[in-house]
Formats: sequence, C-alpha cells, structure tokens
Amino acid sequence: MLRARATLLGRIRHFFAERDVLEVETPLLCSAGVTDPAIEPFVVEQGASLVAARFLQSSPEYAMKRLLAAGSGPIYQLARAFRDGEAGGRHNPEFSLLEWYQPGYDHHRLMGEVAELVQACLGDKPVQHYSYRALFQQELGIDPFVAEPAALEARAREELDVGSVSGDRDLWLDLLMSHLIEPVLVGRGLCFVYDYPATQAALARVDTVDDVLVGHRFELYVDGLELANGYWELTDAQEQRRRFVEDNRRRRQRGMAERPLDEQLLAAMSAGLPACAGVALGVDRLLMLRAGCSDIRQTLAFDWARS
Amino acid sequence: MANYSTNEFRSGLKVMLDGEPCSILDNEFVKPGKGQAFNRVKLRNLNSGRVWERTFKSGESLEGADVMDRTMEYLYTDGEFWYFMEPDTFEQYQADAKAVGDAHLWLKEQERCEVTLYNDSPLSVAPPNFVELEIIETDPGLKGDTAQGGSKPATLSTGAVVKVPLFLSQGEVIRVDTRTGEYQGRASKS
Repeated sequence: MLRARATLLGRIRHFFAERDVLEVETPLLCSAGVTDPAIEPFVVEQGASLVAARFLQSSPEYAMKRLLAAGSGPIYQLARAFRDGEAGGRHNPEFSLLEWYQPGYDHHRLMGEVAELVQACLGDKPVQHYSYRALFQQELGIDPFVAEPAALEARAREELDVGSVSGDRDLWLDLLMSHLIEPVLVGRGLCFVYDYPATQAALARVDTVDDVLVGHRFELYVDGLELANGYWELTDAQEQRRRFVEDNRRRRQRGMAERPLDEQLLAAMSAGLPACAGVALGVDRLLMLRAGCSDIRQTLAFDWARS
Repeated sequence: MANYSTNEFRSGLKVMLDGEPCSILDNEFVKPGKGQAFNRVKLRNLNSGRVWERTFKSGESLEGADVMDRTMEYLYTDGEFWYFMEPDTFEQYQADAKAVGDAHLWLKEQERCEVTLYNDSPLSVAPPNFVELEIIETDPGLKGDTAQGGSKPATLSTGAVVKVPLFLSQGEVIRVDTRTGEYQGRASKS
C-alpha cells in the first residue's frame, strides 16, 4: 500500500507537470477558520508563537485563492486537511486532498480535466453527467428545487427509518442524496453531478437556470464513492462576505460557535480574483478505488486510532 | 445509565431505543463533502430479535441500556419459571418462558448457560453449544445394526426430539449440538 500511494502521487504530479500547472504549498495552521456549519476544524491554542488560536486547515482553498489573486496562474496542491468528528470507513479526521485551480475555466471545462486525471489513475471508465435536478427527478421522482421540505421528508420516510431526524430542506436533500441516490451510482463509473441548489454551493457562482437558483458546483462520484467537489468560483468579495456572515448566522442558530472571517481572503478577492474553476479531490479515496479497498484505513500508513 | 453519542456507537454496545433495549451491530458514518453528517446504524432489538437499520443525525445520543451477559448455572424448573444461579455470588434469577425460549429443550441441571440480564432481570437464555442428555424414549434398534444408514426419532429427558442412529436405545446418553439440534455422538463418559 505504501508503494501504491507513492505511485499514485507520482502519477498525479506527472499529470500536472504535463499541463504546466504549478505545484504550491500553503500553510496548514491558519488564523481564520471556516464558517461552513458542516465542518468542524481542529483548534490549536497552545504555542509561544500563537497570538491567538489557529485552525488546522479543512482545505487549502483560501490560501490558494490568495495566490491566484496575486497572479499565480494555474496551481495545484497535495495537502493534508483536517476535519474534526469525521471518522469511519470513508473518512479519517486527517486526510489527503488534491486541490487545483484553473483561471479561465468554467466548471464544465474543469470536469473534463478531472475526468482525465481520474482516468489517468484508474484506467478508462464510462463517464456520465447529471444535473442535480435531473438526477433527483430520474431516481426519486422529486424536483429538489421545488419540493417542500415536508415532501422530501415523506419521501425519505417511505424507504428509510430516520427516527427523530428533523431539519431544513438541505438536510433532507443531503439525506436523500447519500442514502438513496449514491448507492444507485455504484457501477456507473464516473458520475458528475452539477448545478446544485444555491444553498448548497456557498463558494460558487450562482445563476438562475430554468427559473431556479443554481450554484455552479459539481461533484464526482466514482462507483458510488464521493471523490471530488468543484466550483466555478465566486469572485465577488462582497457576495462572499455576505455568504460567510450567513454561515455564521446558521451556526449561531444551531448553537455552534461562530468562526472569524478570513479578512485576508476577502481583501485578496477585493483586489481581484481571476475568473476560475477549482476542485478538491480525496487522494485517499482515489487510492481506495485504485487498490480496490473497502475501507479508507487500509490506505493510510497509520489511521487515526494508530497515529 | 450513561448516554452514548453516535461517534461512540460500537458493535456490541447496548442502548435504549424507543423504550426497548437494543444491541448495536454496525455503525456507518455518512457525510457528503459539504453537507450534514449522519450515522446509519444497524440494531437488534433484544426483546423481539428484530434487526433493522436506522439513520441518526451525527451527534445525536442514546441512553445506554442496562444489559449484561452473565454465565450462570441452571438449577431447575417448576414449569412456570426456570431458575439460574450466579456461581460466584450464589444469587438466583428466575427466567420466564419468553426469556428461556427454545433453550428449554437443552437445559440440564448444573450446566452453565449465558443469561442476558436487562435491568437485572433475565431477558434471554443461551444454552451451552453442546449438551449431553439421556434418551428417555425411542423405538428399539435391531441388534447388530451399527453400520446401516437411517435414523429414528428419540425423545430426550428435556422433551427435545432428536434424530439418532438406529443402534441407540433408551437410557443411553447422547451429545447434541444445541445450535442445530443434531446428534453428535454418544456421551463422552457415562
């Protein structure tokens, strides 16, 4: 497995070298946290070098966007990311992310490049594209943009025991997606899902498509395993600030701690983030697919319990 | 009892769910990259035996169930209850027909059994994997009938009916696999 990982990393680096995408390294310990209510970072509070608490990054996104604003051109990074409370057969609290950004691309062009990378690592597989809306309509007979939360809940309860779970429309959409739709994607090779509800695409450009607000976000599932998450990136600093504030409001509402906004990112965006598309891909999961592992722990030198 | 959160759910953990004691069989963490986290948990209801899957929001917690497995010695039955004793403390427990279930076919005095206690009361009984019981009734076998195939039913002292080879007769003690109800051989020692 150590060799398999080394080979995979080499293959990834070769892929980007051929395409003139620059490898970068950005800090793991950041002053600003992430406002996303679904992500809990690890907080570092001890250290003579600390003026205030710092956060282990949940992704290198903010730092890489600052580089893009400074004129870096296309960049990629192989970095360790950290998410507290996420452990299981497909999650390790510390995990490896491949994240890259292409100025001038939209999300469709980037999906093409993601497919090329994944096929370079896994071999030829069929590729399908579904809009989020079409996928729900096709598999569940529901319009995810129009259906009321109560209708989504009812649909979930038809096939699953969800006990006392309750929440907003996004919670039910997440549940339907992960429990009823993802299993159907097994065996379909590479499945791209694009154009998500705007509420589920916080860092993406938002547009009205067919009378509904969609975020230009995409996800890649390979044989039912969620592998990558990408966006046609939002570049408007004011809109980004508004979304971060909204995230914190949702945190407050759920009784969670608010996170300080990344003012350095917002300043860089004000100075000018070039139009670009970006994507984050789980390297451990890519290795799982390549090596045929059913559990992420099989791909790690030392998993969480043993590190 | 202590409360357990979804990230503490492990196979074998006993919890209360909808007022019933349950054993956790499996716990799958499910989280889309930018979405909310769930746990898909497989459970067995220790009262009904039913196995099913329920989804919880990650972070939800359940009360632990006061369920313990104890090795006890079977004492006797008065037809209504079956009596067991903890060999270390000499404490006695009585189990009703529902708790004993099919185990009553294989209970032999002084044999050790696994008794599952719920709130200090027997919930279920598991007999030992093998037990040696006397045949109290069976048709006589033909003399010399040792190598021939074929079997006949034999009633054991507990009331269990087991298929045995034709050469066995009443009064003989045989060994039975309690999990399958199958004859294993003659008893190891008289």
